[in-house]
Amino acid sequence: MGIMMDDSRPIFVQIAERIEDDIIAGGLPEETQVPSTNQFAAFYGINPATAAKGVNLLVDEEILYKKRGIGMFVATGAKERLMEKRKEQFYEQYVVTMIQEAEKLGISIDLLTDMIRKKG
Amino acid sequence: MTAIVEAKRLTKVYGQHTAVDQVSFQIEENKIYGLLGRNGAGKTTVMHMITAQLFQTSGELRVFGAEPFENNEVLRQICFIKESQKYPDSFGVNDVLETAALFFPNWDRAYANELVQAFKLPVKRRIKKLSRGMLSAVGIIVGLASRAPLTIFDEPYLGLDAVARSIFYDKLMEDYAEHPRTVILSTHLIDEVSRLLEHILVIDEGKLLLNEEADALRGRAYTVTGSAARIDSFIAGKKVINSEMLGNFRSATIYGSLLASDQKSAEAAGLDIAPVTIQQLIVYLTSGSARKEATVR
Repeated sequence: MGIMMDDSRPIFVQIAERIEDDIIAGGLPEETQVPSTNQFAAFYGINPATAAKGVNLLVDEEILYKKRGIGMFVATGAKERLMEKRKEQFYEQYVVTMIQEAEKLGISIDLLTDMIRKKG
Repeated sequence: MTAIVEAKRLTKVYGQHTAVDQVSFQIEENKIYGLLGRNGAGKTTVMHMITAQLFQTSGELRVFGAEPFENNEVLRQICFIKESQKYPDSFGVNDVLETAALFFPNWDRAYANELVQAFKLPVKRRIKKLSRGMLSAVGIIVGLASRAPLTIFDEPYLGLDAVARSIFYDKLMEDYAEHPRTVILSTHLIDEVSRLLEHILVIDEGKLLLNEEADALRGRAYTVTGSAARIDSFIAGKKVINSEMLGNFRSATIYGSLLASDQKSAEAAGLDIAPVTIQQLIVYLTSGSARKEATVR
């Protein structure tokens, strides 16, 4: 049945995110070939056209590039650019949400900072 | 894009009952379509017209650029697997596959044998001695191995267990990647097949309700939950397609993408937001109560 996809968000976006995750985690080093559209489709059990759309999204963002007749490759500098993008999203996605939840529970910013220090 | 099927204001009337009501759509080449909707919505009637087993009351229908009725050039390019396909009683599984080989120009014998193995089908057994699930597997094998330019599966898996259905999905994707063709899949198991589909058509009470790319429908609706008073003010002016109450707690499903501004105001009001899957979306849109509240198109 393939690996589970979330059916409430566009699958091509999820495919792009998983490739991004893999580049950030080092599973797909720069200048290495990424799997083909059909390989993605088979692995995730999704329509090949949807997989292609996800890959093309990263080509548009110049994270991947196409070598004619060979396939898709990770661009040089892709990892660094993705890390920058994720850092920008980190504040909105995690910090703001965390502060909202803390406020709901009556946790002061000081206490929250202490909690983060303890963990770190 | 080449249109394999073009329907314009396609209509089928039975006496007082309009089964298919002015439906217009195009099926493009080499895409996988989901034809979805409730029982009796008109899905099978549409498929019967495409395959020339029924003649439309009015409207235009072109399949491979021509009218399908008694048109052998068109019909030999179509493989239609029905929910309860009938075979001659005396036939064995082998005979069905041999006969299919004569009908379908692209029939792949080696591939058919591979599928027989995958579904663990007893080839020598008589059709009438097969279990319901095995009978469905025969239809699926014919549908896949025919490699017809237009392949239509109408609820192909009565009696098939989850493992066999999963084999079907994997084989379909695998073979489609190697031999692209146009596929129409009609089913109620939306959660199981949605990720295989490129495009979705939803028919409801004979009318075309949705005609969109599958990925465009993911995130098309969202559910907010929280205290009734705050939900009521949040949903004012929005298209609510489902709503439930539990004491002072209310949940409402809203049709439309979640705007950043709405997300902020929902969060500020302490409302929870949850995404809606394609299956949930279609259930909400085709259940009677929602239809009255929201006009989608």
